[in-house]
Amino acid sequence: MDGIHDLGGLEGFGPVPYRTGEPVFHHSWEGRVFALMLLAGAPNIDAFRHAIERVDPVTYLTAGYYGRWLAALERSVAEKPATSGTRSQAGSRRAVGYAPRFRVGQPVLVKEVRTPGHTRCPGYVRRRRGVVEIVHPAWVFPDTNAHGLGERPQYVYCVGFDGRELWGDGAEPGARFHIDLFESYLDAVA
Amino acid sequence: MPSPELRTEAIETLLRERGVITSEAVDAVIAHYERDVGPRNGARVVVRAWVDPEYKRRLLADGTAAIAELGYGGPQGEHMVVVENGPRVHNVVVCTLCSCYPWPVLGLPPAWYKSPEYRARLVREPRRVLAEMGLALPPEVEIRVWDSSAEIRYLVLPERPTDTTGLDEAALAALVTRDAMIGVAKVRAGG
Repeated sequence: MDGIHDLGGLEGFGPVPYRTGEPVFHHSWEGRVFALMLLAGAPNIDAFRHAIERVDPVTYLTAGYYGRWLAALERSVAEKPATSGTRSQAGSRRAVGYAPRFRVGQPVLVKEVRTPGHTRCPGYVRRRRGVVEIVHPAWVFPDTNAHGLGERPQYVYCVGFDGRELWGDGAEPGARFHIDLFESYLDAVA
Repeated sequence: MPSPELRTEAIETLLRERGVITSEAVDAVIAHYERDVGPRNGARVVVRAWVDPEYKRRLLADGTAAIAELGYGGPQGEHMVVVENGPRVHNVVVCTLCSCYPWPVLGLPPAWYKSPEYRARLVREPRRVLAEMGLALPPEVEIRVWDSSAEIRYLVLPERPTDTTGLDEAALAALVTRDAMIGVAKVRAGG
């Protein structure tokens, strides 16, 4: 979904609220929300992330990180009242019986990925050309797994982009951008 | 809207009454992430790479396996890639879609890493953002931004400060900050 969570490149934000020496949790409820989400929050990590994405945009930007988690936890519990605490801890890396479709150095074009559901293809790289820099192992596909539509494991590629490809003539010089993308998001460039 | 404290208590009570969790299990998770994991783990990895060239070679070739040699791994660190800073290259890590972060080596992320400001801006104007955060990089240094939007997690291997010969591994580890391993700071000899 094209939600507020897809923040990469959005303009208008001020300075990063940078400070050192923060505690792990600023309030005790934050730690409890963190632990509850880990223990019983959602059937898998993709469904959990999708629950956070669906927090309304104003709350998303103003409630803070664990405020978002709390809202997502409430939604998850309401949507899945029979949550049994058997959330998979197996991780999401999988072995697959096919060879990677792309190789290191290959130019690729990111598809115009649009879905009302969950995806890990951010808006700022869609329809942009990059080059495969790393072929990672295969992982569960979040776009289907978040919705109980199967794991559909596939290779993940680290794709590198020039600043100008992403941001046009105003791009900062001397920067390169790398992002991990699932095979389904990519097309070969002829 | 009730306070976050009350809402958290309500949902914990509900899950406990359903038999899904116990308060002891919640306490144990909190204690683990407050005490057992954190950037001291990552600092040990960095220092080992500084003092042992063979370890560094393994770390850059297969981060997950080399980090596991020191006993670290698990959720949000299943597959690690380590990227090395040098005189001409500076690496920095972000997650634009949420706040993915390598828990086993760095613990849980700081609030600024999770902020909309960092997530929105780092992939568009990294040099300016780093300068605002106190790290002004010369124009000849290439910035490599890593948006860890899938399940691969990135750790920055910072440069070792030049005037640290003679320090043992514990003294070196005390210099390595979390922020240097995210890539928004350098390691300073004075700590």
